Amino acid sequence: MDLEYGPQYDDFRTEVINFIKENENTKLNGPPRSESRVAWQQKLIDNGYFARSIPKEYGGYGGDMDIIKLRIIAEEFAKSPIPKPAGGQGIQMLVPTLLSLGTEEQKQEYIKPTLRGEILWCQGYSEPNSGSDLASLQTKAELDGDEWVINGQKIWTSTAHLSQMCFILVRTEPDAPKHQGISYLLMPMDADGIDRRPIKQMTGDSDFNELFLTDVRIPAANIVGDRGEGWKVANATLGHERGSLADPNVTQNRLNSLIDLMKNETIDGQRVIDKPIFRDRLLSIQGRLMAQHSNALRILSSQINKDQDASLAKFIVKLQGTELRHELEGLAIDAMGELGTLYEDSPHLRDNGVWQMTYMYYLGLIIGGGTNQIQKNIISERALGMPKEPKIQGA
Amino acid sequence: MYFGLSEEQKSLEENISRFLADNAPLETIKAVANGERDKAQEVHKGIIELGLSGLVIPEEYGGLELNMLFATVVAATLGSGTAPVPYAGAYVMAPLAINLGGDQNQKNQWLPKIAGGECVIGVGLSEYVGAREDAGIEFANGKLSGRSLFLIDGKDANAYLLANKSGELYMIDASSSGIEVIELTTVDKTRTSIELILKDVDAELLTGSKDQSVIEKVLDAGRLMLSADTVGAAQVMLDKSVAYSLERKQFGRLIGSFQAVKHMCAEMAADLEPCHSMIWHTAHCLDHVPEEARLMSCQTKAHVSEVGKQVSKTATEVHGGMGFTDELGLHYWFKRIGLNRQLLGSPELIREEAGKLQGFDQ
Repeated sequence: MDLEYGPQYDDFRTEVINFIKENENTKLNGPPRSESRVAWQQKLIDNGYFARSIPKEYGGYGGDMDIIKLRIIAEEFAKSPIPKPAGGQGIQMLVPTLLSLGTEEQKQEYIKPTLRGEILWCQGYSEPNSGSDLASLQTKAELDGDEWVINGQKIWTSTAHLSQMCFILVRTEPDAPKHQGISYLLMPMDADGIDRRPIKQMTGDSDFNELFLTDVRIPAANIVGDRGEGWKVANATLGHERGSLADPNVTQNRLNSLIDLMKNETIDGQRVIDKPIFRDRLLSIQGRLMAQHSNALRILSSQINKDQDASLAKFIVKLQGTELRHELEGLAIDAMGELGTLYEDSPHLRDNGVWQMTYMYYLGLIIGGGTNQIQKNIISERALGMPKEPKIQGA
Repeated sequence: MYFGLSEEQKSLEENISRFLADNAPLETIKAVANGERDKAQEVHKGIIELGLSGLVIPEEYGGLELNMLFATVVAATLGSGTAPVPYAGAYVMAPLAINLGGDQNQKNQWLPKIAGGECVIGVGLSEYVGAREDAGIEFANGKLSGRSLFLIDGKDANAYLLANKSGELYMIDASSSGIEVIELTTVDKTRTSIELILKDVDAELLTGSKDQSVIEKVLDAGRLMLSADTVGAAQVMLDKSVAYSLERKQFGRLIGSFQAVKHMCAEMAADLEPCHSMIWHTAHCLDHVPEEARLMSCQTKAHVSEVGKQVSKTATEVHGGMGFTDELGLHYWFKRIGLNRQLLGSPELIREEAGKLQGFDQ
């Protein structure tokens, strides 16, 4: 057991801290893709604080894959108000997919502008009748000369209103078994025939969209992997999304805010944190978070030490992390009582209503990214070796 | 950076597991639970031969001088085998207390004997943690009087280590006059529990224990050992559940193919897997990060006890009616986890302590 990163990383940490000090006051006010945002993203890449291990020829920094350095960057950036590197599904899911399975042309064309934040991507996976059973998707694409013609409907498409491109799963081989009939295409969002409608959520926001696709034509070359390999291509990067939904370090920041809240809010003049049952709930949540933090250290260690197996530890992160976060936000609401129900711009509103907003948002994350019931199927099948449900004929 | 067990720690785990599989199979556990204590003594001899009695004792007193992470590995492995032997009290808390709080004579007197397997010390800290009934001990003129409940590893002990309400630690020889030993029967028949009634018994203060940090360190270590025992026991209950679900058929299918059963097992795994990391992490803090040790051991004992309770219930349910039988013996693990939960503070009691440690009461 050794939780030290080692003295050889001290210089690197100092370097990161100095960069942060020099740039701490950077303010990015423009919309996504604006000049200042792209310039900032490029500056982070040039210094190796973003896209660190992605080859230079594709617009990355071209550094080694040193997990500890990535960790130090994340730790130091988290402590500062400095603007963070842009994220999103293009960077988290599409870039790793193209790096491992894209053609040379696709890598050249898309990776660099995606990293720089010039191209934003949305994900066209779910359909109204294909949610948890994603592989049953029915949106189809047929080859017509040197173009794919796409028809169908997608749902839960985040940031579709901001995106220039969509990586989309479509059925191209209708006669093949369901998992083998899917292809992974790259669809420009300015193509004719795309009708986007925002979905208003329970929070009042609209983070998601429906996409109606009618005879949308895209170049035949815009396929990643071969025809019928789309399911494999998509699964290569689904794991990237799940782990990022439930980072215990982020939850720790929320717990600290919750402790402050419970010290400040009073009932009949008594601080909420002095009420034993409230305090006990707070401490239970802290105990669960500490366990998840230890679990995260084990995962980090397995990324550095390749002989360590932490597969079960990884499979449970999304399930455990989202449930805990939802409960944490819910305790804050209980601690505020009636005040906790205030929303939008109401008088007496606390913290801009962020507790209610996040409480509901995390219920969304319990459902999204593979519902937590699907997570339990994955844990039981892949980690515990239990059998799949028998197939119903024709499904 | 390396978070996990070393090769040495893994091989210790394997050695103990193999020893227990060979020498303390379920039939032996059942025999011990039904009163054949001599069978437990055979297993006890075996773990002494493996070096476990002197594991945490410094080399100069004949021990192996290994750290809390090693002791945690041992405790988890003993828990997984519901091993009918003393450990947390006699071989971790007692030597730690004497090493930290004893003077040179006291160390010379006790530590080599513990390491050599000649001396078992029962540990009574429950009055310090939270006295039940009217229990409590008073020291005056070199003599101890009063009552101590729920001593860990106290049956057939050669000596007792007892704490008073303010955390001072006293040693008494079991052969001294004025001691009445009352055997307590808990649900967990794989380990023993006793009550002591003392009338003017010769006692010696561990001189360093006037400093409260001694009992705190002993308590942290004890709570970690009980947590590890629970994690080991709960992991076996999960493993047995998955194995049973892949044998048992109903409605023409393995019950492990029903989502109701799969989700129960997935929930157990999701709750339990981080607990392994948590006990290792806490051990590391006890060994190297003293400023985090108290909170970590409190929260680990509380959290692991909650997970253990849930896993032991769910695992029993997965086994259906068989889970409820004496024949299958799953209840030994259930009861072991049940006793660990209450010893040295139940989760609610410990969380209260964890709140105070963080100044929530200020």
